[in-house]
This record gives sequence, structure tokens and C-alpha cells, in this order.
Amino acid sequence: MTGLKGYKDIPIGGVITEAGNSVQYKTGDWRSMRPDWIPEGCVHCLMCWVFCPEAAIKVENGKMTGIDYDHCKGCGICARECPRKEKALRMVRES
Amino acid sequence: MASEQRKVAMTGNEAVANALRQIDPDVVAAYPITPQTDIVQYFSQFVSDGQVKTEFVTVESEHSAMSATVGASAAGARAMTATSSQGLALMWEMLHIASSYRLPIVMPVVNRALSGPINIHCDHSDTMGSLTTGWIQIYSESAQEAYDNVIQAVRIAEHPDVLLPVMVCQDGFITSHGIENLEILADEDVKQFVGEYKPSNYLLNIKEPVTFGPLALQDYYTEFKVQQAEAMANAKKVILEVAEEYAKLSGRKYGLFEGYRLDDAERVIVVLSSTAGTTKAVVDELRSKGQKVGLLKPRVIRPFPAEELVDALSGAKAVAVMDRAETFSTQGGQIFTELRAAFYYAKERPLMRNYIFGLGGRDTTTREIHKVFSDLENDLERGHVEKLVTHLDVRE
Ligand code: SF4
Ligand code: SF4
Repeated sequence: MTGLKGYKDIPIGGVITEAGNSVQYKTGDWRSMRPDWIPEGCVHCLMCWVFCPEAAIKVENGKMTGIDYDHCKGCGICARECPRKEKALRMVRES
Repeated sequence: MASEQRKVAMTGNEAVANALRQIDPDVVAAYPITPQTDIVQYFSQFVSDGQVKTEFVTVESEHSAMSATVGASAAGARAMTATSSQGLALMWEMLHIASSYRLPIVMPVVNRALSGPINIHCDHSDTMGSLTTGWIQIYSESAQEAYDNVIQAVRIAEHPDVLLPVMVCQDGFITSHGIENLEILADEDVKQFVGEYKPSNYLLNIKEPVTFGPLALQDYYTEFKVQQAEAMANAKKVILEVAEEYAKLSGRKYGLFEGYRLDDAERVIVVLSSTAGTTKAVVDELRSKGQKVGLLKPRVIRPFPAEELVDALSGAKAVAVMDRAETFSTQGGQIFTELRAAFYYAKERPLMRNYIFGLGGRDTTTREIHKVFSDLENDLERGHVEKLVTHLDVRE
């Protein structure tokens, strides 16, 4: 556990004093399965973006651009909801 | 300059309710039915009569009472509740939340036995069961002390070096329902003494939004517990500072403990709360016969003033620690265990034995206190304690 702060340098009572800092909490290492995106099969309907509980689907200009693997926890919801199924999003085992 | 104090005849519960009225907290959340005491009943009357500005929330259980108090305190309010016995037991989970969020909640507790068998009378099994919850614990001998301690507790809890919740305990029925003469401060003096509560981080501060109740696992949980332990250590000094300031206002002096005719005492009883009063009467009687006996009444148990108590007992030859709660460790009550451990590195160690007494409200009179002092005398003659742990006044 390196790079962590000492007890004198953290807010007392565990109060979180910065809004929106959950982005610093990397949930990516919880994963045993990862969603694998196949751009050629994707129709950019963004159903995966709507359903992802971790906001891990990256979107630019209304188009799906990839997956944020720092925060994707591998729940598989995106792949289940994707209307193109295996053609656009499939779950593969983490190596 | 303080205004004149008012001499009143009140029960311990009435006295504490009046302290609450004078403090006028922003929020009081309480369970309104038994095992609640009439502290909140009196207080609800003050609310109805418009004598306080408090938002009074009646909840469906003590778990909810503490939860609502935690929520109000985290929101930035000066929040209080009161409880007793099973009610405190039901709060247990939330007691840890209050202390770990570092919320300066003040809670009067009327000490009463935990079931079973079903019992509503005084002993200390309720608060002794919550010694590990991170709350400061202050014990009161009388209605006067309960009143004074509640007012001081606000300042102790809210001190920036402390920021911990405080329980202010008094003995069920003996103190809570017994009428005594006491002096209460003028309303404006209490108001000035407790001052305005200014939390640093709070939920209703929309300019600096914060979140309470984070997840802290192997990486940070320990650090937060160390912060709490450090705050508890700081509390000792703050309790004494607040007591000093309070003495200037009220003329009544408080410390971490009270020593009664202790200076040259060879045989000493250590006991909390109302039984200390009974013991004082016996000490006076035996002193008039030339016997060197004394009393040490701890006031603060969390933090445990180990060095101070060892120092105060350094001249004693035989000490009886009286605990009003079982621990079932078979090694004696909580105060005994902690005090005996505190002596481990002391140069001089008195003979020390333990009495478990007064369970479920069993009366402990001067007769029993006489017996304890005479047991100590026999121990001194014998040169060792006859029995480590004795249940006082038990039928075989
Ligand atoms: S749900 Fe499937 S098809 Fe729709 S944007 Fe996501 S990956 Fe593409
Ligand atoms: S697997 Fe779960 S967390 Fe990861 S991108 Fe899909 S929906 Fe989001």
C-alpha cells in the first residue's frame, strides 16, 4: 500500500470533501470478465451507455468509442442489453 | 458576570431536561415510549410550550432515534437524544456510526439493567456494554452532577480537538426519579457557555458539498480508527479545561474523578455514580472513629484516566473496586479490570479486589459498604485478598 496518505492528512470522520471524486476509485480490478467491443458490428444505439452502472462506456459526438477499463467492473449488463449481441459486445474472460 | 443561580427541587430527569431546555439544541430525535425516561417527556413539554426552538422528532425505535440524530448532526445541527437500558442496546450499531463520523452528539443516559430477566431498575450493564463504541462516557452521582455534566458535555463534544459523541450517565430511579435540591444556572449563562455550534464540514453547507459515510477498507480504515483514538486521548485535557471554565461560572468543580478523604486513606472504595454518595456517608462515619478510609469516584470512564487514578491511589494499601455490571469474564467488572491493568507498571500496588453489586436495582446501603471496608481490613491483616471477585449481597 504505497502512495496512501497518513492519518494526519485525511479529513476526520472520513468526510469526503471533494464532489465527484469517485472517479478516483478504480473499480476495474474487480473484473473477472471484460466486455470486448467490436466496432465493425456496433450500430451506436448507445443502449450499453444507458445501462452501464459505472459510466464506463465512452461516447464522443453521439458515438460509442470504447470502454473505460479503469472503472468497468465486468458486470456484463452492456453485453446483455446490446441489441447486436455478440456482433458488437461480447464478454471474454480476463486473462 | 454570571447571574444568580436558582435553587430548585428536581428529579435527575427533570434536571437533565432543564439542561436540554437551556441548551436549546436544533434537533432532538427520541423514541417516546419505554424504555425512554421522562427526560424527553419533560422536554417535549418544553417544545409544545414554545420554550425551545428545537425540531423534535419522535421516531419508531432507538435505532431510528440515533439514526435521525446522526443525520441531523451530519447536516450541521446541534443534535441530541436520550435513552436508557434496552434503548441503548438497540442503538448499538448506530453508536459506532456517530463516533466514527465524529459527530458531537450529547446523549443523557439513565443507567438501567439489561434484560433478562426483565428488569427496569438501576445497574450499569447498558453503558458498560457500550464502552467500545467510541463515545466519551461521563458518570454523575446526583441530579446536580447530571445537570452540570450535560452542559459541559456540549463543549467537550464540540471541541475541535475532540469531536466525539458523549454519554452523560446517571443512576436509574435512584437519581433519575429521586427529588433533590440543586442549583441551576440562568438560561442566558448556559446559552453563553455552550455558545453557537459551528461545524466545519456539514451536509447543508451547499457552498462546500461533502459526503458522509465513505467506504474505507484495508487501505484507510485503520487510519480513521487512529484518528478516533487520538481524539479520545485529547478529550482528557479538554474535559479538564471545560470543567475549569464551568467552575468559574457555577462554583462547582469537576475533574476526571473525585477523591473523597483520599489523601491519607489506606482503604479505598472505587465506585461510580450514586453509590459514591452512600460510600461518603460510611467514610465519614469510619473517619470519625479514626479509621483511614476514603473514596475514589471516577467521573470519566472513556477516556479511561489510568495514570490519574493510579496516581490518586498511590498511597492506598487496599482497594475495593465496585462494578455495577457483570462482564462474565470471571475476572471481575470492567472498572476493576481496567484499573487493575493500569497498576501493572506501578511501583506500589495496593491489594485490589472486586465487588459486583447492585444488579437489577438491588439496594446497596451503608451496611454493604461497611462490609466492603471490613473485608479490606481483613485482607490487610491477612496480607492478600481473600477473593478476587465477590458478588455483594447474594443469597446462596
Ligand atoms: S449497445 Fe451494442 S450496438 Fe449499441 S452502442 Fe453499445 S455496443 Fe454498439
Ligand atoms: S461490463 Fe458492466 S461496468 Fe463494464 S462496461 Fe459493461 S455495463 Fe459497464
